[in-house]
Amino acid sequence: MALQSLDIKQRSATTTPAPQARQTIEIAKLIDVSACIGCKACQVACMEWNDVRDEVGSCVGVYDNPVDLTENSWTVMRYAEVEEQGKLEWLIRKDGCMHCSDPGCLKACPAPGAIIQYANGIVDFHQENCIGCGYCVSGCPFNVPRISKKDSKAYKCTLCSDRVAVNQAPACAKACPTGAIQFGSKEDMKDYAAKRITDLKERGYEKAGLYDPEGVGGTHVMYVLHHADKPNLYSGLPVNPSISPLVALWKGATKPLATLALAGVALGSLFHYVMKGPNEVSKEIEKEVEKEDAQ
Amino acid sequence: MIRDPKDLQRYDAGERANHWVVGISFILLGLSGLAFFHPAFFPLTQLFGGGTWARILHPYIGVFMAFFFVLLFLRFHKLNKMTDADREWLSRAKEMVDGNDHNMPEAGKYNGGQKMMFWWMTICMVLMTVSGIFIWKAQFTVPVDLARVGAVVHAAVGALMIALIMVHVYAAIWTKGTIRAMWYGTVTRAWAKQHHRAWYRQMTGK
Repeated sequence: MALQSLDIKQRSATTTPAPQARQTIEIAKLIDVSACIGCKACQVACMEWNDVRDEVGSCVGVYDNPVDLTENSWTVMRYAEVEEQGKLEWLIRKDGCMHCSDPGCLKACPAPGAIIQYANGIVDFHQENCIGCGYCVSGCPFNVPRISKKDSKAYKCTLCSDRVAVNQAPACAKACPTGAIQFGSKEDMKDYAAKRITDLKERGYEKAGLYDPEGVGGTHVMYVLHHADKPNLYSGLPVNPSISPLVALWKGATKPLATLALAGVALGSLFHYVMKGPNEVSKEIEKEVEKEDAQ
Repeated sequence: MIRDPKDLQRYDAGERANHWVVGISFILLGLSGLAFFHPAFFPLTQLFGGGTWARILHPYIGVFMAFFFVLLFLRFHKLNKMTDADREWLSRAKEMVDGNDHNMPEAGKYNGGQKMMFWWMTICMVLMTVSGIFIWKAQFTVPVDLARVGAVVHAAVGALMIALIMVHVYAAIWTKGTIRAMWYGTVTRAWAKQHHRAWYRQMTGK
């Protein structure tokens, strides 16, 4: 839902500027993977606050449950067992929408106002404007949006835009028992992350770092990773995510140009008629045919 | 209205109906497709009962059109084989566009330009149908990269197809006495003699 206290920065399928008078600070959620114990309190809090309930699945032999994001599970814990420097490591990443500064979903969306980016950085789906085409899925570099089988609308993490609008932290951050999910201004979160990274480096994780990928203009959900040089270790977190060049080509300058070209063909035809005249049967041939008939 | 009994039959009822079915489908697809092509056209979804309905209907109309286009293809492909005379016609197409058809080689039932249109339409229909399946989220799930390729191809070929159809429609308007062939199937002998002389000879034996 669009709340007035959340000012709009971008709106899908809209070619004119959004209202921009009021400025708000950019917010961010920081997920410190090194502090996560995989308790799934965040998953539960998300379900509770947003009133979404996934179907009860079955155990697939690992902790991941549900095994993937769905229209009802907007965040899931992904558990990866990896061996680094001869040690077994259990890397647990809370997956969900990254709230990109340059959101591929919004760029791909053809329905005006179905995807909104607020000035604070939250990217929100407005299901009442969603037409269910699934283009957001093609646009997303993180494979996050899910189309509901029931209503064909797209769903994903809202970063609790309704809570943030009234100065509350997202439900997941509120519920986290270890402080692995922090929430605040993007600047504060970067400062906080820097301290965590220094700490991790002292503890032997030399490649510890912040995941705030440049390819999508930075994100409003960031990770502190012990192995920031290998994001792939964390259940396939993309190394350098960006909007696919195909999506950029599809949604870039080509469409206005093609629209002009079509208008050109239509007008060109009209003026061809006006300037060259119609292609009529000549009098001469008409007479020839008449003559044949008279014989 | 009783027309001249000596008029030439260019299309039978089945051919005309088939062409209209494809043509109406194309208009519906063009309008609903443009709505998703650029935000400027999004209001066109209102013609289909809103954005969601346009999204639901578009692919079904597409399948419907593809089926009837196949029938149209089977009816006409033999008549659209390119010959040397057609290539000669195409090399002189500029004169034709200038309104000067004196030096144009004699055309059969179709001239080189019409045949090119036929084959371009066939290629476009194949590309549109295949790429359309890739992005028909409600029915098919394909790897995301394939869906991305599908979206680009569908948009690009769709725009090309609309441009080609504009040329197709304009050519029929420009060449007087043509539209009636689409309505009730006949053309005058003078029309045939002027625009499709080889076909005229074949039909009249003159």
